[in-house]
Amino acid sequence: MIWQIDQAILVLVMVCAVAALQIRDLLGAGIVFGAFSFMMCLLWTSMGAVDVAFTEAAVGAGVSTVLFIAAVFRTSRGSKD
Amino acid sequence: MMKHIALATVVLTGLLMIYVTESFPTWGDPNSPASLHVSNHYIENSLPETDVPNIVTAVLGDYRGFDTMFETTVVFCAGMACFFLLGAYKREEPAIRYYRHTATGVVLQFRNGAKGPRQGGAFERIDPTWTPYDFIVSRVCKLMIPFIQIYGLYVIAHGHHSPGGGFQGGVILAAGFLLLALSHNLRTLTERISHRVLGIMSAIGVVIYAGYGALALLYGGNFLDYSALAGLLGVDPIYARSLGIMIVEIGVGTTVMSTMVIIYNNVASVGRYDEGL
Repeated sequence: MIWQIDQAILVLVMVCAVAALQIRDLLGAGIVFGAFSFMMCLLWTSMGAVDVAFTEAAVGAGVSTVLFIAAVFRTSRGSKD
Repeated sequence: MMKHIALATVVLTGLLMIYVTESFPTWGDPNSPASLHVSNHYIENSLPETDVPNIVTAVLGDYRGFDTMFETTVVFCAGMACFFLLGAYKREEPAIRYYRHTATGVVLQFRNGAKGPRQGGAFERIDPTWTPYDFIVSRVCKLMIPFIQIYGLYVIAHGHHSPGGGFQGGVILAAGFLLLALSHNLRTLTERISHRVLGIMSAIGVVIYAGYGALALLYGGNFLDYSALAGLLGVDPIYARSLGIMIVEIGVGTTVMSTMVIIYNNVASVGRYDEGL
């Protein structure tokens, strides 16, 4: 574990989490969630939990982003609040 | 007002959680409760007992196989719930149907149930909102999809030798199908793999898992005790456990793959399966 990389990823995770809540455009929020999942995947890898990281990459960053986009296209793109 | 209360609650809970992490055992502490009892058994005995180098898969597929079986059932139920909530029970045929001549791009209209040209010929059925496929996107997807699918199969088959297993491999397989739906449209996907086939495959995965576990009962072992099937497979009991893990991973992969595609199909088209995104 290189603590500088860990620290940088942790900061990016928090930035992504706050950004996903703040963005009004739901499509953008879905993409930011994908980035969040990818950063989490890197964190799991650096902790040595490769299986969990693999699941996070496939399910979190991959398919759930597609499902978010599908759901946004079927509802409305802007957030009301 | 409510917003401020909510913010205060979130901040307070966050601070409380940060405070509580102080009393956690330190990273990699050999005396922490998690590494005192059952973990040691797995780390020391999983290779001689199951012949599986990946401890995570050995735990998921063998030691705690009952748990994973119901996880697979939960995935199956999620797909079914999505289908029953969003699926349209009566497929209404539109009054006007459109067929496009693939070579020239001429679109023909057929009104009031008139019989159109047969499928798979020079004409293809399209929707009114059809947009031409982007050349680069569709070609790149055509190149990528076979490799993604083979990688998914590789991940399922090598779950006990490398990171991954049925869940991850199933999702990667499903990603190949979703890429087809994204680059073309949902009709292209449902022509390749129909919704009926997906539903049946989703159930078959659970049946493979539970059925292989029940087969061990017939051969005098406990439920999901794969070593009882050594005589049937013609291998020694330890290698039979390794093979058993692979077989139940195939069941998990089948269920996860078809459930992911079912969920996507229903969410993307509100149960009509006509157009993609």
